[in-house]
Amino acid sequence: MLETPVVVAIAFAYLGLLFAVAYYADQRADAGRSVIASPYIYSLSLAVYATAWTFYGSVGRAADNGVGFLPIYIGPTLMIALWWVVMRKILRISKQNRITSLADFIASRYGKSALLGGVVTVIAVIGILPYISLQLKAVSASFTTVAGALPPLADTALWVALILAAFTIAFGTRHIDNAEHHEGMVAAIAFESLVKLLAFLAVGAWVTWGLYSGFGDIFARVAAEPELAPMLAPFGGVAGDYSSWIWLTILSMLAIMFLPRQFQVTVIENKDEGHLRKAIWLFPLYMLAINVFVLPIAFGGLLHFPDGAVDADSFVLTLPMSQNQELLALVVFIGGLSAATGMVIVETIALSTMVCNDLVMPVLLRMRALRLSERADLTGLLLGIRRGAIVLILLLGYLYFKIAGEAYALVSIGLISFAAVAQFAPAALGGIFWKGGTRRGALAGLSAGFIVWCYTLLLPAFARSEWLPIGFLEHGPFGIELLKPLALFGVAGLDQITHAMIWSMVANIGCYVGLSLAQAPGAEERRQATLFVDVFRHPGTPPRRGTASAPELFNVLARFVGLKAASDAFGEFSRQKIPETELIHLVEKQLAGVIGASSAHIMLASVVKEEALTLDQVRTVLDEASQIVLYSHRLEQKSQELERATEELRAANARLQELDRMKDEFVSIVSHELRTPLTSIRSFTEILHDNPQLPAAERARFLGIVIKETARLSRLIGQVLDVSRLESGRAQWHESLIDLRQVIEDTAAATGQLFRERDARLLCSLPARVPRVRADRDRIVQVLVNLLSNAAKFVEPGRGRVEIALAEEAGALRIDVSDNGPGISAEHQELIFDKFRQAGDPPSGKAEGSGLGLYISRRIIEHCGGRLWVASRAGHGACFSFTLPLAEGAAKAA
Amino acid sequence: MEQFDVRGQRLAALCLLGLVLFSYPVLAVFNVPATVAGIPVLYAYFFVAWGALIGLMALAIEGRRE
Repeated sequence: MLETPVVVAIAFAYLGLLFAVAYYADQRADAGRSVIASPYIYSLSLAVYATAWTFYGSVGRAADNGVGFLPIYIGPTLMIALWWVVMRKILRISKQNRITSLADFIASRYGKSALLGGVVTVIAVIGILPYISLQLKAVSASFTTVAGALPPLADTALWVALILAAFTIAFGTRHIDNAEHHEGMVAAIAFESLVKLLAFLAVGAWVTWGLYSGFGDIFARVAAEPELAPMLAPFGGVAGDYSSWIWLTILSMLAIMFLPRQFQVTVIENKDEGHLRKAIWLFPLYMLAINVFVLPIAFGGLLHFPDGAVDADSFVLTLPMSQNQELLALVVFIGGLSAATGMVIVETIALSTMVCNDLVMPVLLRMRALRLSERADLTGLLLGIRRGAIVLILLLGYLYFKIAGEAYALVSIGLISFAAVAQFAPAALGGIFWKGGTRRGALAGLSAGFIVWCYTLLLPAFARSEWLPIGFLEHGPFGIELLKPLALFGVAGLDQITHAMIWSMVANIGCYVGLSLAQAPGAEERRQATLFVDVFRHPGTPPRRGTASAPELFNVLARFVGLKAASDAFGEFSRQKIPETELIHLVEKQLAGVIGASSAHIMLASVVKEEALTLDQVRTVLDEASQIVLYSHRLEQKSQELERATEELRAANARLQELDRMKDEFVSIVSHELRTPLTSIRSFTEILHDNPQLPAAERARFLGIVIKETARLSRLIGQVLDVSRLESGRAQWHESLIDLRQVIEDTAAATGQLFRERDARLLCSLPARVPRVRADRDRIVQVLVNLLSNAAKFVEPGRGRVEIALAEEAGALRIDVSDNGPGISAEHQELIFDKFRQAGDPPSGKAEGSGLGLYISRRIIEHCGGRLWVASRAGHGACFSFTLPLAEGAAKAA
Repeated sequence: MEQFDVRGQRLAALCLLGLVLFSYPVLAVFNVPATVAGIPVLYAYFFVAWGALIGLMALAIEGRRE
């Protein structure tokens, strides 16, 4: 036993040290060099989760049933694996909407409802009271263990409550921060997390290796004790069945998200979303580390104090005390103090913020008699409310400890609080993933869950402590067995927490989903729902509709955050050139950071002339909508055009490729065609060159062939040039008015020799007068010569008969050149107009033409606006016809 | 931002794995009165599996994204 004054002095010295740490961190924050902007500090601050419950209670729980302490830490580990998805979203939402607490978060999600914020606050405060009483119980019990009972006049727990209240006020409510950041507090919490971990590891190591000789030794001794041996395989025995284990895991998963202090350190005090990355594995690692020695200490205690005379919750302290390890006991006491103070400080600050922003201020602001919205400076009032709330919460915690705390072990008290905060889960988680959740649904769900919680957990706790008649537990209210709080509707055989969780969740989720679906959400709810659920899709919040002057807004802000902070903020606004229309929104955000979203909403309503939605605005909204429809139509059109253009391009590309192929083919055919006459010219000239003694007649014959082949060559080259000129459009046209009758007669005369050679007859049937046509005379002659020479070539010598007819048609002149040759089979009739195509060999022998004549002719006629075609049946001759438009038509076409 | 987030999915999968590891019937497998290196099987299992899960979580969140 240590001297009481020494222990008191050391405790105060430790609290002073904490204060120094906090003060230093605050100074650094003011200087802009934050010490808590680190993922390691962030992870340590999350370890505020490990309270006196962990420090003392886990051992008590382990001594009771072996594994029961573990789900409280394994559950959060599993939940944290989901944080990258869930918590990152909550963080983003909270930063964008300047959320100041859990109540603020839920109220803001459901249309900034002040009523909902108030309900959440009430549930949080009442639900957390058992948890705070647990800390008071643990600290006063540990103090009594270390320093002995104080004189009977003094009530240790009361003193602890008052000292912690004073300490928290000094910590958390020194000034109003417009983002609810408490840098000093976070630094102190992180420091405390280190202290409690080291203290627990120290005592654990001492028990394991000092008192006994290692883990194996302790477990071997436990196995040897028949009373303790079942602890080694506890499921189905001392630890109950698996269902209660699973429910404890789920409960802890929810608690790590929705305990007000966890929300405070994880969300509100978060400096950087990226810190989550380290915290996701560091914080579970912390929990693993602080649990490693729980079993050795628990079993060590059970072995050491076999008769059950010592409360298992105090084994951590009583073991070193029993061995006169007073220094170690002191370290443990400080560690336990760290765990408890850390929890109390953060929890009460978080709760006091909620009480102030979501419970008291909305009410005060609505009471017109107070004329609060006209007061000049409200910062003092805000601080006053928060300080009052802190004292009140701690005194209520003390009261709960007095009424109900003594009958329960630490962990059982804490679990009651866990079950209370788990009621927030449907509204909060539903709110960030489901747009359909409504204010009515959330209100009903929370209330129903809370009522069931009160009935199945809180009232039985009072009844056990004989503040309510115990018959209420045993026979139900008014003797109605079906309503027994511990076996609602006759469901018995579950442990109390599992039973309460099942029924409260059924009521909570049922009401939340049911009422949400029963009635559609209002405009404000829908807006907030979109902001929350689609936070990663919409980078900002849409501005509030309404008007207010800048000076008015400044006054409102100054009243809550003080003159200096308000001028700073407005200086920043004007530097960023923020338009006046957005000012309302920014000021609301700043205000929300101080007094919460719902209070800020109410407060601003007094200065903002908010036109709910005038006809003009409705029209604007409709216009916007129709604009969007229009845009989408245009977009559709554009995409169709694009598709068409692509199609055309594809076709053009195909055509180009075809042309390229044709060009290659053309070149290869031309070179082939050129080579035939060249070869014969060369061979005959070589004969002439090598045989000077050749007879003159032979020589003359050879030279004749050479001359003929040369002529053929030059004709071919001329045609190839023609083709290329026609195709490239570089051909020269000398158009004039010509008399076709004259042209035909001239051509017939010029080709007369050709027919005479083949002994064929050429007949012309021409009308007396025909209108003139506009065309290039030489080209038309070229066409006629081509047609006539073809005809001459193909008719049978001696019996050949070729006829040219000229006639006038509608708007055109038509020329037919018919012969009595072999004719052209149907499949060749179009092919012959292609380049280098020939229908067959003329009866005279080998083909002499290049295969270009008809192609060129058709190009010429088409250029003149006419048409060239053939009609024929195999064996019955062929008739080539072409038309030329009359002069005025020709003039038009040109 | 809600694009294909491989980290979030891996972590969510680890959460499911944890739920399996720490519930019936897997726990029942280890709920036997035997020891491993002097430590009861169930307790050894708890801490080893828990530690491994944390290790995997660290790997999932800190590991390089391929």
